[in-house]
Amino acid sequence: MTDRALAVVRAGALTTVQDRGRPGHAHLGVPRSGALDGPAAALANRLAGNPPDAAVLETTLDGCALRPRSTAVMAVTGAPCPVTVDGRPAAWGAPVRVRAGSVLDVGAAAPGVRAYVAVSGGIAVEPVLGSRSTDLLSGLGPAPLTDGAVLPLGAVRGLPARVDVAPQPAPPDELVLRVTPGPRDDWFTPEAVRVLTSRAYRVSPASNRIGLRTTGPALERARPDELPSEGMVLGAVQVPPDGRPVVFLADHPTTGGYPVIAVVRPADLPAAAQAAPGTPVRFVAVRRR
Amino acid sequence: MRVLPVGEDALLVEVSSGDEAQALHAELLRLRAQGSLRVGEIVPAARTVLLDGLSDPARLAAELTARPLPPVPPSAPGTVEIPVRYDGPDLADVAAHWGVPAREVARIHAGTGFRVAFCGFAPGFGYLTGLPPRYDVPRRPTPRTAVPAGSVALAGPYTGVYPRSSPGGWQLIGTTDLVLWDPARVPAALLSPGTRVRFVPVAATEPAA
Repeated sequence: MTDRALAVVRAGALTTVQDRGRPGHAHLGVPRSGALDGPAAALANRLAGNPPDAAVLETTLDGCALRPRSTAVMAVTGAPCPVTVDGRPAAWGAPVRVRAGSVLDVGAAAPGVRAYVAVSGGIAVEPVLGSRSTDLLSGLGPAPLTDGAVLPLGAVRGLPARVDVAPQPAPPDELVLRVTPGPRDDWFTPEAVRVLTSRAYRVSPASNRIGLRTTGPALERARPDELPSEGMVLGAVQVPPDGRPVVFLADHPTTGGYPVIAVVRPADLPAAAQAAPGTPVRFVAVRRR
Repeated sequence: MRVLPVGEDALLVEVSSGDEAQALHAELLRLRAQGSLRVGEIVPAARTVLLDGLSDPARLAAELTARPLPPVPPSAPGTVEIPVRYDGPDLADVAAHWGVPAREVARIHAGTGFRVAFCGFAPGFGYLTGLPPRYDVPRRPTPRTAVPAGSVALAGPYTGVYPRSSPGGWQLIGTTDLVLWDPARVPAALLSPGTRVRFVPVAATEPAA
């Protein structure tokens, strides 16, 4: 019997299990969750020979170190980072064969924020409402990894991809977020919409899986009254009382009471997952298709 | 009714009251069940219903504005009964807001038929309506850092039950041992939008069930 499990040698600052999330439960107050950089997670799975909905690990800034208990194919994608196996350099963005007991180390992201680690067979923790994703807002799914934890792996179903290195977009030097205005742009001064789409913002260090927070000019409200709670979508640009826009990411609350001035195109959100604190952010108004 | 586009594939339908929002929500669920509405999420809230994951939001927006708002739907079958010990630390404050003796709070609250208007804040947390507007109460001036799971609480026009311990600013009037949210159970949430709810008083001296 092989021991299909993965030992966590170094958990890193914040490493979570992620798959494609649990959409469809927003009416119960359940966030969608799932990998913030979906294309990078899907690529890691493809490289490791997994189906696209297999669960992977999402690291934050400083990577993690993992020891499979049986020989596994692993793949690291997303933020560029040094990858080693037992201290020897290994490929990033390509399948890596890791023998039982060897340690694959995912180094610090440079640049970018989140690396994705797929393991052949996928991380096989018990699903909650159809997903293995850790939801940091509501606490659903497995807890973030800790040093010494052991994660079960699923049965290997496919062959690793035959590539040397798969091409991946570089983390953005400047994060450009295309937005369509509304639904609550009329709660702001006309000047506020101009400020949002013309002035310079930066990614705030307070950003997390719930939202990309920004620093920059405050957006002024035209209406001081309280907005009754309403449903929120992925990519909503919500403006809390401090006036600094927050872009909702996968673990966002399903309802909220601060007005949404605009919504980011979903295609631009994977780049937002890789924008490190301090990265310049530009919101660009686009017409609805 | 106002239909606001949200991004590329969602609509926010705004109506003028909570009752209208509940009626609209029931109608949208009916349309989805009969196969004439394809949508990823239907999220009711205080005065709105969000439709997310639409293939042609502009066409649906036109259809919705042309359609008269349906009447308030008949009640969903079945009522969830929530046993409550009316022993919350804010019972006296709520009684003062209502202008009644403290023991009257339990009688009025337990004598009210509630309905889950919408969910949010945490998985399984329902915003229940049913109390007349004269019983609206403000939130606590300072939120508590930890409200125990099972706390039955009031804020504005709503009653809610905390599915797990969390910070909160609602007025606590009682406690239940009923588990409102259990992801391992089917259904995970006892309360979903449209569910009828009644609170059943149990003596504070009784041991927990």
